[in-house]
Amino acid sequence: MPGMQPPNGAPETPDGVQIDLISAGRMSNLRTMEKIRTILDSVHDGNIVILEDGLSPDEESKLIEVTMSEISPDGFTGIEIETYPKPSNDGGLFNRLMGKGSDNDNKLTVIGPANRIETLHKDENLISALVTRR
Amino acid sequence: MGLLTELRSSISRVTSKLFAPDQGPKRIGIYGPPNAGKTTLANRIARDWTGDAIGPESHVPHETRRARRKENVEIERNGKSVTIDIVDTPGVTTKVDYKEFLEHDIEKEDAVRRSREATEGVAEAMHWLREDVDGVIYVLDSAADPFTQVNTMLIGIIESKDLPVLIFANKTDLEESSVQQIANAFPQHETVPLSALEGDNMDEVYDKIAEYFG
Repeated sequence: MPGMQPPNGAPETPDGVQIDLISAGRMSNLRTMEKIRTILDSVHDGNIVILEDGLSPDEESKLIEVTMSEISPDGFTGIEIETYPKPSNDGGLFNRLMGKGSDNDNKLTVIGPANRIETLHKDENLISALVTRR
Repeated sequence: MGLLTELRSSISRVTSKLFAPDQGPKRIGIYGPPNAGKTTLANRIARDWTGDAIGPESHVPHETRRARRKENVEIERNGKSVTIDIVDTPGVTTKVDYKEFLEHDIEKEDAVRRSREATEGVAEAMHWLREDVDGVIYVLDSAADPFTQVNTMLIGIIESKDLPVLIFANKTDLEESSVQQIANAFPQHETVPLSALEGDNMDEVYDKIAEYFG
């Protein structure tokens, strides 16, 4: 999350990779632009964002549009993104981490800064990200 | 339903038909990732039916950085004609780095300008898709992997708008071409093989355009 501090005041690791797992509940209370800002502010900070429920097609379209408007030479170069449709009654690790089951078919989504993600690969049941250090 | 309500509903249906704006030609957006051959296809269609091209073609990604429109392209099939406006859009991506242009022997200043224009072009293409097209021709390079997130997202966006869509598996002239891989990636849509560069299978292309967008 933008400006999010490490828990318990732990020292920030300048060359580490922060991963923000954002719950469906948190996103569901946000408007489209608030969701996009939440994602892009975090990605601008070099973080990897994992959305429990992903975005709607219209929100994805706006995410691409806003991402394009923020690209700058020698700065932000855009995003890498991969999604997974989640089957109903998914009792997987992510849901256990989030403390809830899923009763919809929304998409687990991984988003990161293009200039830090070397590869973002998806196969049948695995998204694998190779992230460079800062 | 009460008599008055039914009467009001009937009058509303009649007046909406009477005063509906002239529909005009349907605007068909040509979408797809960079370097799929969108402009080559747009030029092929425009040249075949109007004699004019739409824009320059290039192997350099993001050569098309503004949506270009060719109006009133009249395609004749089986004694009938269908008139469409073709909108050739910039290749959609989620990232643009000017350094990629440097690999094509383009100077930095020009590369930075191209990348800025490319980002504006992608944003414009997304806006057209949300607001201003009546149907989509989705062009893919049949020699490239179709299972990309950009393709999945764009097809999802198109489907969410209930737009008619045809998937064109372009570049069948290449040895590595695999039309089946594209058909497997998007089995819910009809896939038409073609080579826009060589003009292969254009009869079926025009049959399908007339069928889907006529």
